[in-house]
Amino acid sequence: EHEVEKMFTLKPGRLPQADVKNIIFFVRPKLELMDIITDNVLREDRGRSPQRDFHILFVPRRSLLCEQWLKEQGVLGSFIHREQYSLDLIPFDGDLLSMESESTFKECYLESDQTSLYHAAKGLMTLQALYGTIPQIFGKGECARHVANMMIRMKREFPGSQNSIFPVFDTLLLLDRNVDLLTPLATQLTYEGLIDEIYGIQNTYVKLPPEKFAPKKQGEGGKDLPTEPKKLQLNSAEELYAEIRDKNFNAVGSVLSKKAKIISAAFEERHHAKTVGEIKQFVSQLPHMQAARSSLANHTSIAELIKDITTSEDFFDNLTVEQEFMSGIDTDKVNNYIEDCIAQKHPLIKILRLVCLQSVCNSGLKQKVLDHYKREILQTYGYEHVLTLNNLEKAGLLKLQTSGRNNYPTIRKTLRLWMDDVNEQNPNDISYVYSGYAPLSVRLAQLLARPGWRSIEEVLKMLPGPHFEERQQLPTGLQKKRQHGENRVTLVFFLGGVTYAEIAALRFLSQMEDGGTEYVIATTKLINGTSWIKSLMEKLEPAPF
Amino acid sequence: MSRARADEEEYWHSSKFRAFTFDDEDDELSQLKESKRAVNSLRDIVDDDDDDDLERVSWSGEPVGSISWSIKETASSSTSSLEGRDSSLQKGSSSYAAFPKQVSSYSLSSLFKGRNKLPSFQSLSDALSDTGVKNYAPELRRPKTEYKDYSSDWSPKDTVRRMQRGKVCSLERFRSLQDKLVLLDEAVAGHDGNVITAVLIFLKRTLRREILFRELEVRQVALCHLIHFLKETGEQKLLLDLLRFLDRTEEVALSQYREHLNIQDVEKRREFLKVCIGLPFSAEDTSHIQDHYTLLERQIIIEANDRHLETAGQSEIFRKYPRKASILNMPLVTTLFYSCFYHYTEAEGTFSSPTNLKKTFKIPDKQYVLTALAARAKLRAWDDVDALFTTKNWLGYTKKKAPIGFHRVVEILQRNNAPVQVLQEYVRLVEDVETRLNLATKYKCHDVVIETYRDLKDRIQLTAYKCKVERGSAEEEKINSILSN
Repeated sequence: EHEVEKMFTLKPGRLPQADVKNIIFFVRPKLELMDIITDNVLREDRGRSPQRDFHILFVPRRSLLCEQWLKEQGVLGSFIHREQYSLDLIPFDGDLLSMESESTFKECYLESDQTSLYHAAKGLMTLQALYGTIPQIFGKGECARHVANMMIRMKREFPGSQNSIFPVFDTLLLLDRNVDLLTPLATQLTYEGLIDEIYGIQNTYVKLPPEKFAPKKQGEGGKDLPTEPKKLQLNSAEELYAEIRDKNFNAVGSVLSKKAKIISAAFEERHHAKTVGEIKQFVSQLPHMQAARSSLANHTSIAELIKDITTSEDFFDNLTVEQEFMSGIDTDKVNNYIEDCIAQKHPLIKILRLVCLQSVCNSGLKQKVLDHYKREILQTYGYEHVLTLNNLEKAGLLKLQTSGRNNYPTIRKTLRLWMDDVNEQNPNDISYVYSGYAPLSVRLAQLLARPGWRSIEEVLKMLPGPHFEERQQLPTGLQKKRQHGENRVTLVFFLGGVTYAEIAALRFLSQMEDGGTEYVIATTKLINGTSWIKSLMEKLEPAPF
Repeated sequence: MSRARADEEEYWHSSKFRAFTFDDEDDELSQLKESKRAVNSLRDIVDDDDDDDLERVSWSGEPVGSISWSIKETASSSTSSLEGRDSSLQKGSSSYAAFPKQVSSYSLSSLFKGRNKLPSFQSLSDALSDTGVKNYAPELRRPKTEYKDYSSDWSPKDTVRRMQRGKVCSLERFRSLQDKLVLLDEAVAGHDGNVITAVLIFLKRTLRREILFRELEVRQVALCHLIHFLKETGEQKLLLDLLRFLDRTEEVALSQYREHLNIQDVEKRREFLKVCIGLPFSAEDTSHIQDHYTLLERQIIIEANDRHLETAGQSEIFRKYPRKASILNMPLVTTLFYSCFYHYTEAEGTFSSPTNLKKTFKIPDKQYVLTALAARAKLRAWDDVDALFTTKNWLGYTKKKAPIGFHRVVEILQRNNAPVQVLQEYVRLVEDVETRLNLATKYKCHDVVIETYRDLKDRIQLTAYKCKVERGSAEEEKINSILSN
């Protein structure tokens, strides 16, 4: 449309050949990316004609720091235009928005840099400009308080933002990730959550090992198996995926086999089609049926891949330990399984996830236990990880039990975080997403809707950061007169990241017949325990430049 | 970008910008006079410094002396007294003398700086946010009209708001400390990190360190941003000064320790770590850092020795199993594995012996046994494996004991393709009957399975197992004889 010749991903080295006049760099304001761009520009062939013009577009903001960096490298002058593209919240699905800013948690809790909170507030202002002022704001945590303050301030400073749109959202709930450090550490057990845990979903795409996706109709062509990873897009536009993504993985198999029966029955229909009209009708349904069939084939393959892992001994052992911790068993002593994993040099992130989980479930570890873990980790993985351990301590993920008191059991009981009788097939509670553990963050959202936070004051005080309520006045004409039985809509904004399992739990609440509340989810980043811990680890490799 | 360069630039910028604004100023005459006095009294320091300053060669290659002199003249005359002292103090202070002057790379970098003359580049923003380029000479020749925009009189609040909208703003007109702090507070109130950082860059350039630090101490948000900024840009020296000023000693220590990752040369790294030991870490971290140093020290000795042995070709073990990588910078447990692999039989006195490592680093029994087992199993040294679990009591009886549980021993041996005879010896030692049966069945240790069923007096299972062993084999016979008893 705009005569864009080609799009390239950013990588160091010489820019690819392309017969174009203008090259636009479309980047996040990050210093390491600036280094890549510098490399690109410096390697540009100066003798070529026509000379190419460079432009740079920062998403979501121009950063003086980055421009200064480019200047220090002596390339800033090469850019004819330097602009910004204010993209704060990116829609990921019908009910999901993300800022895709992976460093937010680290910046907020390690560096105390709240720039991304400013962007979150800006994104919320944009959202309000489009969908109406949100009359009620609730929040829990320092960052939540901060974002709410900024929103109120921005509203005051730009009186023009008062709009006459009928509000879509009734309530905004701002939640700090550090209010619930536990949930992302546990292994997600929904279908989508497991795909993310095992293969990592990047911007709704997932790359899978190709073996299981080999086209079957190639006769005996077993030799030329595809070697490129299979890339699939995952979102609710795909009917089947929408149905199974949020289910507990143990309930996925039966759905898939039921679907298989329906589809093959549908294809069988062709034998019953006698009249021309019937045949015509059948043919008109064919494209839909074929799409359904290939979708089913894909998800059956994915489910097989996941099943291989979930049925492995190590997955089971790991899950057992997680569940023990979350239900409060033996959280105060050195865990054998963790020790074994260290001895076998399992990936460090796995170890850190478990140790942090234990720490969180025990309101901090005893000195002896903490020291033991630290020593084992440093001896096995290298002393330089002392830096990472310090980061985790600073973020509160790993800590010493200071008060000598463990608050977690109280929190667990009051918020009913552990449910013994979980129904994975036909769930009646959000705890199905972790097969027993109900995510704390979502429980807070649920209790806010009914009966309200006043009932859990005591527990809220045990969790970090203030909790608050703000109201934004609406002109009388815009105030909602609720029809009987009409659902309220709540926007839940997770500051510092949200997991797919938490999203699944909120979707489950939206679908509950007597729930009365529908949820839309926004976040700074979609995370899982691994990507989250990784973002907090010290980069130990020196930069390649 | 080297630290030294950054710091020198700080100086050059502090002069440069005042040069532009000189003409616009008419209300600070008294200040000017005062600063002139201050600067005059300090000039010899500045001049002195200039003598060994290699930056005098400008990108255009023209002789710079006279121009730079005139800059200094104008610069110093428009400097407020505080700032005048600031720049000279920075130059004169001993911490700066310690910096190596930037020497090489100069001609190369000046080449790129030449590009700054591109017309598109001469926008105001560049002049303002510029700390990286030293093209002080040409800027004098810029037409004055270009500066019109930023001489307009915005309040701190307006300035911050303009910057939030991504517009370019002059900060140079915020002169007094008071104004600068109001500006900073406005930026902080706006919560936009980009703006806060921009203001901080400006303050960092124009304020004396001590004052900047002092004011930031009571402005935590801004302080965090500056710390983050310094970390990102790698201005380690200033960062450490700041943290020290704030008495955040543990952070100083960690931040300094982090530096070792950038040192490639092992000897230098070792030296650096040695210095790190004395840093104010928490008690337990100190012991870790101490261990880190000791480990690298050991590794250097072992590496030198073993490389020699390997090239000499005298030692059988190195000939048979050439080393895949150097042991330098490997974790402790990997080092222990290495030493169990290549130096197992050495006396405790040598640095490379496993027992020495175990003692020095207080490696727990469990960890030691696991590692030694893995190493010896890999070499198929089954006797060593046996010895590892054999303990003698005071009566001279031998007994098998494993701190890690024999099921783990079996797993490790199996992973190293131990023969069934070796394997079943340890399977037999697994205490839990069910685990023992499972392992024995899994790894086809028929004897163990048969004996266990016999002990359990489980005829049915034993009969069933008959079909799992080879027909006519010794095992089948054994089953038959047990069943017939």
